[in-house]
Amino acid sequence: MTSGYKDLSITVEFRGGAELLFEKKKNELNLPGDEEWTLRRLLFWIRDNLLKDRPELFLLGDTVRPGILVLVNDEDWELLGQGEYKLKPRDTVLFISTLHGG
Amino acid sequence: MPVPCSAKCGKNATLKRPKTGDALCKECFFWAFEMEVHNTIVNAKLFQRGNKVAIAASGGKDSTVLAYVLKLLNERYDYGLDLFLLSVDEGITGYRDDSLQTVKQNKIDYEMPLKILSYEELYGWTMDAIVAQVGRKNNCTFCGVFRRQALDRGAALLGVDCVVTGHNADDIAETVLMNVLRGDIARLQRCTSIITAGADSIMRCKPLKYTYEKEIVMYAYFKRLVYFSTECIFAPNAYRGHARMFLKDLEKIRPSSIMDIIHSGERLSVRDGIKMPERRNCTRCGFVSSQEICKACVLLEGLNRGLPRLGIGKSNKAKLLLAATTEDRGKKKTVDF
Ligand SMILES: [Zn+2]
Ligand SMILES: [Zn+2]
Repeated sequence: MTSGYKDLSITVEFRGGAELLFEKKKNELNLPGDEEWTLRRLLFWIRDNLLKDRPELFLLGDTVRPGILVLVNDEDWELLGQGEYKLKPRDTVLFISTLHGG
Repeated sequence: MPVPCSAKCGKNATLKRPKTGDALCKECFFWAFEMEVHNTIVNAKLFQRGNKVAIAASGGKDSTVLAYVLKLLNERYDYGLDLFLLSVDEGITGYRDDSLQTVKQNKIDYEMPLKILSYEELYGWTMDAIVAQVGRKNNCTFCGVFRRQALDRGAALLGVDCVVTGHNADDIAETVLMNVLRGDIARLQRCTSIITAGADSIMRCKPLKYTYEKEIVMYAYFKRLVYFSTECIFAPNAYRGHARMFLKDLEKIRPSSIMDIIHSGERLSVRDGIKMPERRNCTRCGFVSSQEICKACVLLEGLNRGLPRLGIGKSNKAKLLLAATTEDRGKKKTVDF
């Protein structure tokens, strides 16, 4: 709070096999509140801070790899403007892979 | 701002259906999803009242959703089916252990009898033992060939009329692509059929043939169905992997691509005069085969003789070797329940 900004607290979860790319299935995050957080900015932050290896299995260009579903508070991100969506405090962002074994 | 449900139920939409682009609330999505599977079952006349139906259950998303939906539809529309779960244990340490646990949970949740058949029971070899022999390059060949027949054998043991598998629209479209890429005309003809049956082998059908993978995952998530999701720990088929990613890329640009590819596969017909391999029964084990001796028997013979490469690639040598030993057939193992 020293800078006068409030951190943005959100939850990020990985499922359906997407968790295999990360250390933890569920992550409680405090993102620096210095500027606006869109989902797109979060994707890059996840790539740089949470992803273990093989970023191409998670990101392709500036969006998730086709076959990974994204839900914010259990709502499909396709109804929320995808990468443009502005994160709010206590949002839960869920990534579900459809690409793993059936 | 919230998007209203396209079904005009008054609720807000929760998801955008990949298949149709409709924005639906959870309840309307469930209804649409279930109705489509029901319509597929009815239109293709997959079942008859009183049928004993085995659900090939892997513990993965597709078969878990299939078991859940079939149980639900069987009750809602009174199909009068006797449903079972049938699982195959390939004997891969650390892979099946967890997924079989999921299947056992399905058995409890869906109150269905479960039969687990192991490769060891059926063939005398676990996949771990096979990998030790053949290495990781060709093990998926063994696994796939043995699994296909394991389901038939299991179905025969259970005395079922039909085995249903969780193949979804993405799987079928991918298989169409693969068969085009390989130039496999016989399989290309067969792979889009919703029902397949060999001479006297049991019917196989695919009630999720027109269901998108994405919707299966969404359905499982919103219904809170528990499934197991990891790749098989042995090397995945790289070629198939490329076909799959290609398909996902196409789907992203135009979601109807998946249905379009299935449609192309269905409409395709082979010109008269093209030689097609005939389908018959293996002279050793009696299960359906395109050859005198089926692939499973050839692979097994190779393993048992310490010649694991037998049956991989060109099989003339395999045929010669087998011809010399066809006497010792009939040693087929019987499996007790
Ligand atoms: Zn609705
Ligand atoms: Zn055979």
